[in-house]
Amino acid sequence: MTTTHDRAAAALQSGRAPLPPARRWLPALEFWLRAYRRSWRGSAFSGFVAPLLYLGSLGYGLGRLVDDGGRAGGAGVGVAYAAFVAPGLLAANAMQTAVGESTYPVMGAVKWLRQYLAMLATPLTVTDVLLGHVAYIVLRVVFVTVPFVVVGALLGAFTTPWVALAALVAVLAGAVHALPVMAFAVRAEDDTGFSMIFRFGAIPMFLFAGTFFPTDELPAVLQPVAWATPLWHATTLCRDLTLGTAQWGSGLAHLGYLAAWLVVGALLAVRSYTGRLAD
Amino acid sequence: MVGEGALIRARGLTKRFGDVTAVDGIDVEVRRGEAFGFLGPNGAGKSSTMRMIGCVSRPTAGDLSILGLDPRRDGPAIRARLGVVPQLDSLDEELTVRENLVVYGRYFGMSRAAVRAKATELLEFAQLTERAGSRVEPLSGGMKRRLTIARALVNDPEILLLDEPTTGLDPQARHVLWDRLFRLKRQGVTLVLTTHYMDEAEQLCDRLVVMDGGRIVAEGSPRELIERYSSREVVELRFAADDHAPIAERLDGLAARVEPLPDRVLLYTDDGDAAVRAVEATGLVPLSVLARRSTLEDVFLRLTGRTLVD
Repeated sequence: MTTTHDRAAAALQSGRAPLPPARRWLPALEFWLRAYRRSWRGSAFSGFVAPLLYLGSLGYGLGRLVDDGGRAGGAGVGVAYAAFVAPGLLAANAMQTAVGESTYPVMGAVKWLRQYLAMLATPLTVTDVLLGHVAYIVLRVVFVTVPFVVVGALLGAFTTPWVALAALVAVLAGAVHALPVMAFAVRAEDDTGFSMIFRFGAIPMFLFAGTFFPTDELPAVLQPVAWATPLWHATTLCRDLTLGTAQWGSGLAHLGYLAAWLVVGALLAVRSYTGRLAD
Repeated sequence: MVGEGALIRARGLTKRFGDVTAVDGIDVEVRRGEAFGFLGPNGAGKSSTMRMIGCVSRPTAGDLSILGLDPRRDGPAIRARLGVVPQLDSLDEELTVRENLVVYGRYFGMSRAAVRAKATELLEFAQLTERAGSRVEPLSGGMKRRLTIARALVNDPEILLLDEPTTGLDPQARHVLWDRLFRLKRQGVTLVLTTHYMDEAEQLCDRLVVMDGGRIVAEGSPRELIERYSSREVVELRFAADDHAPIAERLDGLAARVEPLPDRVLLYTDDGDAAVRAVEATGLVPLSVLARRSTLEDVFLRLTGRTLVD
């Protein structure tokens, strides 16, 4: 009969020893990255093309009209429209990428392909599974945010090195939006909830939370609704950073709001994952 | 230190989902090196029991100790020494056969070098070396199941848990799988499996428990169970009649036990040929006569009045 000592010795010889809890979740991240290897080219391509299209059409196409209106005495947005809309698109792109990765892949990992169940039969715990997947989603957001910054800078929409900090804010926004959606998706029995999330969450935020026009333009009763969304805070902070209007007070307030959402989202996700996967 | 080599010990193990009691206070002991089975129909509580043993489901009540450890506190440490073959495949269809093995080994903290070497060895064992580089999706059901079993061995587990390992496979695939499992047993791996196939239970298991409705209704080796609850042989008679009960009454006394089923009559006897001759002597002419050995299906029928498969 093998003793504990023999087992430990054998484990070291074979290069195998159970990971300490602090690193146990890393193989879960590694899994998602390996799976991504199959499809990375497509999303890398669109990661560069999307900012070209959006900044081209909205920033410079529509932008010319908006700027002309500004020059002719209208309100305008105070700066060239391209410079105004670029940080909004940066944050919104991060949000949409995060939400997209948090719906079907999460539900599929429970119901169809069952990757989560495979992981849970190993030393991984439910928290490891969640952490590994969230880390991957954050990396996916990084993979679309970096090209956006590069293309935006090349097109002249971003003109300050502070855009690097704005990129970090965008990545944070990705995590903030991913966690609550993951909490929902892990329990989902079908995808009807997802269309609700897109239709009544992601898309309205994208259109009305400051991406394309200042929320001052919204009807007064809707402005607080916009201010309550995490995207508005991310967009405003990104914009303040890239336009050089950032201030410590408001900046930290926006950051704090995003951090609060992150914590609440994380707690919801842990609770939801545990309830669904660790019966 | 667990005494007498009992790797798994359950006392009063219970699992409830709301109002439903899936596992109703069972006592089980699995010893090192044996092949242990849970035999029962769908819904008997086998999978729920397996999930508790696999430390992925918390018992509602009762004691459970695996490898001397408490699942409530040491889940990851126990799972590091288990191998799990689930009922529904959880292979990643987009990854290759080899990648599935590698990625799984990494969950156990194995180094890349160790995992690569182990994957090659396991591909040999599963007879999938030629398909190492192909995606999982186009493989046959039998190949996928062999891959799942190979994957479950990546951490050299002490206990291999198999939940309905051959469900949905054709006969040849089942035999290949049984062969692989026999080899593992000879190498000293303890096997715990659930099945509703009596031939699988008879072929693979040293000891088994019969489960029905969340409870254990019998326990022993396949041979012990058959000797205790059935006769050595069974004669199956089919008659041209809608109701076999009156016929069964007429045959009463010709065998140790006469059991009418909706479509046939079973005679439990130690000498099938003698029973057949006795039936002929009564003047009854059956449509078909089948004299066969007793199986665990007969044991289950005796214990619960129902068949294993609906």
